[in-house]
Amino acid sequence: MSQATAEPRVRPPLVTTGRQRRWLHGDQLFRGLAVASGVLLLLVSAIFLLALFIPALPSITRFGLPFLWGRDWDAVHLRFGALPFIYGTVVTSAIGMLIAFPVGLGAALFLAEESRLNWIRAPLSFAVELLAGIPSVVIGLWALFILTPIMRDDVEPFLNHLFGFLPFFQPPFSGTSFLTAGIVLAIMVLPILIALSRDVIRAVPRSLQEASLALGATRAETTWSVVLPYARVGITGAVLLALGRALGETIAVTMVIGNTPQITSRLFAQGYTLASVIANEFTEAVGPILQGVLFEIGLVLVLITIVVNVIARLMVWQFTKPEGR
Amino acid sequence: MSRLRIREAVDRLVAGLVVLALMLAATPVLILLLFVVIKGLPGMLAPGFFTDLPHPQGVPGGGVFNAILGTLIIIGFASLAAVPVGVLIGVFLSEYGHNRLGDTVRFVSDVLTGMPSIAFGIFAYTVLVATHVVGFSAIAGSAALAVLMLPVVLRSTETALLLVPNTFREAGLALGAPQWRVTLQIVVPAALGGIVTGALLSMARAVGETAPLLFTAFGNEFLQLNPFRPMGALSLTVFKNALVPYANLQDQAWAAALLLVLLVSITNILARFYVRRIQR
Amino acid sequence: MLDRPVSTDEEAVPAPEPAPAAGFGAAGPEWDNEPMAQAQAAEQPGPVEGASAAAQHPPKLQARHVNFFYGDFQALHDVSLDVRANQITALIGPSGCGKTTFLRIFNRMHDLVPDARVTGEVLFDGQDILASNADVIQLRRRVGMLFQRPNPFPKSIYENVAYGPRMLGWSRSRVDQVVEQSLKDTGLWDEVHNRLRRSALNLSGGQQQRLCLARALAVDPEVLLMDEPCAALDPIATLKIEDLMQQLKHRYTMVIVTHNMQQAARVSDFTAFMLMNQQRAGELIEFDSTDNIFNRPKDSRTEDYITGRFG
Repeated sequence: MSQATAEPRVRPPLVTTGRQRRWLHGDQLFRGLAVASGVLLLLVSAIFLLALFIPALPSITRFGLPFLWGRDWDAVHLRFGALPFIYGTVVTSAIGMLIAFPVGLGAALFLAEESRLNWIRAPLSFAVELLAGIPSVVIGLWALFILTPIMRDDVEPFLNHLFGFLPFFQPPFSGTSFLTAGIVLAIMVLPILIALSRDVIRAVPRSLQEASLALGATRAETTWSVVLPYARVGITGAVLLALGRALGETIAVTMVIGNTPQITSRLFAQGYTLASVIANEFTEAVGPILQGVLFEIGLVLVLITIVVNVIARLMVWQFTKPEGR
Repeated sequence: MSRLRIREAVDRLVAGLVVLALMLAATPVLILLLFVVIKGLPGMLAPGFFTDLPHPQGVPGGGVFNAILGTLIIIGFASLAAVPVGVLIGVFLSEYGHNRLGDTVRFVSDVLTGMPSIAFGIFAYTVLVATHVVGFSAIAGSAALAVLMLPVVLRSTETALLLVPNTFREAGLALGAPQWRVTLQIVVPAALGGIVTGALLSMARAVGETAPLLFTAFGNEFLQLNPFRPMGALSLTVFKNALVPYANLQDQAWAAALLLVLLVSITNILARFYVRRIQR
Repeated sequence: MLDRPVSTDEEAVPAPEPAPAAGFGAAGPEWDNEPMAQAQAAEQPGPVEGASAAAQHPPKLQARHVNFFYGDFQALHDVSLDVRANQITALIGPSGCGKTTFLRIFNRMHDLVPDARVTGEVLFDGQDILASNADVIQLRRRVGMLFQRPNPFPKSIYENVAYGPRMLGWSRSRVDQVVEQSLKDTGLWDEVHNRLRRSALNLSGGQQQRLCLARALAVDPEVLLMDEPCAALDPIATLKIEDLMQQLKHRYTMVIVTHNMQQAARVSDFTAFMLMNQQRAGELIEFDSTDNIFNRPKDSRTEDYITGRFG
């Protein structure tokens, strides 16, 4: 062909209705499948909540709102209240957070910033990550056999010796106690607290820190006056997330709390948490009321956890996506 | 002392406190591992630990063969459900999820991650056990764990897919490939390292879980391979044996705990190792 | 010159009937099975000049009064031009004048942007590709694209080039043939034939871009859109790509967006000069043979840009 540029290929037209259907189906099918899977998650979550709520109805309708501040636990006369468990959950989590917060924040500060001791950072991060992976039942096992004797024989008497004038540290001493459970919780939430706080602190712009240092402030002053205020929201979010984790922790706490429903200011006393009572009593509960009570306790626990988590997510999310300041 | 001196001293003090905090943070895991190894190794090395079934209370010896199998079976089924579905949801979020539905799914997934682990057990109990669909069984336990694993797989898949540069998608589309081919044949394979890592990490987490199994798989002292029957698991063995006052069983608890820690650690290491291999 | 296997093997040959419905179903899984006999005749480059060039090279792509919007913002204003078959058309102009936006209309890549909107007509062989019932998948197969940064898939060299053919359902032997031919066409075969299974990411930047070209050629397109293909390459690699373009233009129509005026002058037959107007929308200022644009520009703005007074 002399016309080197003549069309060598003959092809059907581009504007058509028939062919389009074919590939459109493939795309639509796949997209539909993907979307369906997303909806499936929402469905499963809804069932998740319903699976708690519906069996709890017998208890909710019978006891109503006063259930939350009732203190009885009488299977014979069917009088139940959740207050001791709420108390136990709150107290152990509070102790855990009180211990974990300074330690975790300090560790996070170290890990997030430059330092002369850079070589420590990798192995220490690794150690913290390792801790995150240890199953809760193993921590519980260790706590039960190793920690509780130490608490009973050494730590609690020591605290009593120093602070015995406070109601918190009154005898008798028990290895399984609010305090022990609190310490266990502290160990368990440490990894998540450190990891999140470190990310939050890293997100603080270097320019702000450098400006402060350039003005002659010390590292400590910079951290206190510049870094922490800036990171306040994010750190609060991290703390809340860790708290959420602590509130829901079941197994390790069950092994060291003593499983006695009581409300007392003595930290060396035995207690009970929302999660623990479910773990212990569930398989023995007979009848819709007794079971309903445990379901309702589970519902309370889940709702508290959801609220804490949602607030936490909103704070962390808001922080790690900074709008221009 | 001059003001400057005071400030410098405070600075050094704070630096010291920070280092102390770090030491405190790193110690628990070392102490934990130390004790688990010391108390668990003798039991683990005892003959029959891996191959025997548990002996009755007070009778020395015995093993955790049933629990090992149970863990493998339960986690196996759970992964079979959670990984494909989780990856699919991750694909949804990354490729089709930049809208309100996607945001809602992400949000719900995040909230689900923070749920107390026992709640998953309650969920599976209500849906599968109480309704007598399967009763106490490995399957019920797997269901509980699958829902627990789902958010982990889903999020890591989404992250891995988002990391794939958009230019690959454009190149595929410019060749005339339909969207689904681009996603399945180009994007997902490119993100495979991250996806597999996420799946392995979720499995490592599930291996260690006890609470979801308490009233689903329920535990079983005897060898049981039928997934529709109650089944034992390593985590359940540790939990139950810890609470009985018999020395032989308590020793088994430590040994099983050590085995559990080893399993979890190996899976975790495998996960990170896989990432490095893929990023050849 | 460039050999190409004649694909008259097992597949059926449909009648070249342009009517929409007819002949379709009979054509087998993909309609590309008809012979490419005329390909061997592609030999005379010949200098291209003015009117005789227009006659020899009918318009392959035609843009008519194209306006482009990102949401409310107008990015292109009333652009009309013809891209001639088997010629290289260059789009030049300062940054932000809409060259790439315009280029990407030709294979409807703007569909990927959620609030992108195009008005006007864009004809490919006389058919409006902006129509809502246009077959975009087919369009993208017939109009290939090279991107600014080489983007080979994270797969082996072979799998990169074979991706398109495999998707089209070609037989294993045919895929092998096409891979080899495409790599030869882009001058890569000698360099990579003994490591086809290795990752494409191990190649140099220039090699990667040639690989992307081979990948695009493997699906047998008619048009190649090139979005600053040499921007990320060193001068030697750039020269190789430019040589390839000259060799390939006998078989393909090419449109190239380039920041480099010298490249446009070296390589193209036709040049379009674009500028951003007061409302920050891109407009076509002048479009003519490259010779005319660079030696006898009609618009003073063109002249200013050519001589480097701005841009």
